[in-house]
Amino acid sequence: MSPTVQTLVTQPYKYGFVTDIESEVIPRGLSEDVIRLISAKKNEPEFMLEFRLKAYRKWLTMTEPTWPNVEYPPIDYQGIIYYSAPKQQAKKLNSLDEVDPTLLETFDKLGIPLSEQKRLTNVAVDAIFDSVSVATTFKEQLAEQGIIFCSISEAVQEHPELVQKYLGSVVPVGDNYFAALNSAVFSDGSFVYIPKNTQCPMDLSTYFRINNGDSGQFERTLIVAEEGSSVTYLEGCTAPMYDSNQLHAAIVELVALDNAEIKYSTVQNWFAGDENGKGGIYNFVTKRGLCVGMNSKISWTQVETGSAITWKYPSCVLVGDNSVGEFYSVALTNNLQQADTGTKMVHVGKNTRSTIISKGISAGRSNNSYRGLVKIGPKAEGARNYSQCDSMLIGDTAGANTFPYIQVQNNSARVEHEASTSKIGEDQLFYLAQRGISPEDAVSMIISGFCKDVFNKLPMEFAAEADKLLSLKLENSVG
Amino acid sequence: MINENGDVILSVSDLYAEVDGTEILKGLNLQVKAGEIHAVMGLNGSGKSTLSKVLAGHPEYHVTHGDVLFRGKPLLDLEAHERSLAGIFLAFQYPLEIPGVSNLDFLRVAYNAQRKAKGLDEIDVFDFDDLIEEKLDVVKMDASFLERSVNEGFSGGEKKRNEILQMALLEPKLAILDETDSGLDIDALKTVAQGVNQLTTPDNAVVLITHYQRLLNYITPDYVHVMADGRIIKTGPKELALELEERGYDWVLADAKVEAAV
Repeated sequence: MSPTVQTLVTQPYKYGFVTDIESEVIPRGLSEDVIRLISAKKNEPEFMLEFRLKAYRKWLTMTEPTWPNVEYPPIDYQGIIYYSAPKQQAKKLNSLDEVDPTLLETFDKLGIPLSEQKRLTNVAVDAIFDSVSVATTFKEQLAEQGIIFCSISEAVQEHPELVQKYLGSVVPVGDNYFAALNSAVFSDGSFVYIPKNTQCPMDLSTYFRINNGDSGQFERTLIVAEEGSSVTYLEGCTAPMYDSNQLHAAIVELVALDNAEIKYSTVQNWFAGDENGKGGIYNFVTKRGLCVGMNSKISWTQVETGSAITWKYPSCVLVGDNSVGEFYSVALTNNLQQADTGTKMVHVGKNTRSTIISKGISAGRSNNSYRGLVKIGPKAEGARNYSQCDSMLIGDTAGANTFPYIQVQNNSARVEHEASTSKIGEDQLFYLAQRGISPEDAVSMIISGFCKDVFNKLPMEFAAEADKLLSLKLENSVG
Repeated sequence: MINENGDVILSVSDLYAEVDGTEILKGLNLQVKAGEIHAVMGLNGSGKSTLSKVLAGHPEYHVTHGDVLFRGKPLLDLEAHERSLAGIFLAFQYPLEIPGVSNLDFLRVAYNAQRKAKGLDEIDVFDFDDLIEEKLDVVKMDASFLERSVNEGFSGGEKKRNEILQMALLEPKLAILDETDSGLDIDALKTVAQGVNQLTTPDNAVVLITHYQRLLNYITPDYVHVMADGRIIKTGPKELALELEERGYDWVLADAKVEAAV
């Protein structure tokens, strides 16, 4: 059979296994009682319960957004289990040795070894399994420099003043439907605090794993970088293969004070459903960074390859004068995946600058939309934005859309937008084949070239992983 | 160099092929031996470029009848990349651009694919740098070419030189040059021709597809074939090219029709 760009087959998802572990779950469904139960299980202070209840009451008055360019059957919010934790985690662990070996094995298998001997030496990891954080590496070493890196549950207990001050300060409880839901029921996530003038000596990372087929995952990440500090943060995610869809509604909030810099990178590889679109994660996520300080900088880099549906717009609100927001994204969809993703850059302060580089790749019968907002406020003298949105189509049955929204309220601002759509041509593939390069290698070469501007922004280990991930995802997409 | 006793590299017999339902090749025969240079000439639409794409295995071109043996083995069952690995090289008339992929990476991946197919270990970045440095001399290319994306923003002449660089690197058994002379100024033409001459050995063969005699001033063919309506209608020595340049193609076409009628 001659290679054509038509036939699309999925590469088996290699993280699709289920860990057999006894879990403590609460009854399905959502109510004030359930929220009180979650809060009680986590032994939370009163302000947290209030936060949750306020969000829940707000959520009840809201409706699910219908504007994204995605389609899915109605979600039964009463059918979801909102809290699921491996049994043993109920009691507090003093060291990694006490973690259930089954859990350690699970993370080993995912390539995220946690044990002292095997753990990654240059990255500190917070590993989250269903609703709870199971382990955080290098916590003590980081603490010596005053850096707090722990699960958000632990932060609520140990550093309530920081949590109370910053939680919901970037994404208010009623920001949007899924953010309100998350604020009501979030179970765990990571917390990072970098003190003044501290450069975090290693990359910090959270690895999310959904195991339970009926539970949703609602995690919450909060990163605060004090004046003059900097941190690089990596996020990875996988889930087993189930026939049913699972809801993942997370919130990530970043706060950068004067001269602080946060670099946040994601490689998202949730189960995408099978080639007929059965199963897969609904990834409805709110990520936002607040450049509150002067000269602060927040940079989002994402490689999105998983999930049945992706709905996320990592954004920057540039309040501080001279602050900088960046968004570098590669979103790949195959089979019946749907993605509606992009960013919002909201310029409030003077001389604020933002850059958006988005690369969408659509194969199979998937649908991939870029949606982006650039907003220049009335006081944003001299603000500048540059956006570049490129789409690449593989085959004739995939869709790509671009929805740019530009609102400018200050005449001194400069906004540039460039967009392109291309197709992997048979002739390009033939050219590479004529030099002896196999069809699979040829496709991944063309794709890596297309994504180069974004891959260059990823931390080294991640860039190699992302490159590999993309070629795996597209394996057999020709031929 | 005409090589009566040389190994047969390419043997095409009674080849018919179509693209998009239109038959282009209609009973083509051609035999090429090791050490030989063949020029295939003809008017636009005579099927010259189709011949090169069919031999290289372009997926949109379908063979409907006939056989092709390459170094004694059936060629038509192989996919395009397998034909390359077997030793067929096509210098494209319009080399493709691959944005974001550096020429150096592309060349290394291609070279290592060929090594792997021969059962050799892939060579590393450093050894490759030394190797490509040598090859650049063949086409008088600057090392700065290597850092640029494959063919992106290259001038017509740079693209063609890049093709010959790839030929120098991959050392094919059969190189098919599809209108490599088109769009070249005289200096670039000389450079390309010198490169090709430097790469011809008694073990390999070259098929030059060209419109004009111009290139043949610098690369001397052993045989000149005239193609018309999907077949080779006349074969002669290098002087035939000069005659075509002078008299045009009409007389050959007329002769062929007469022969056909007889």
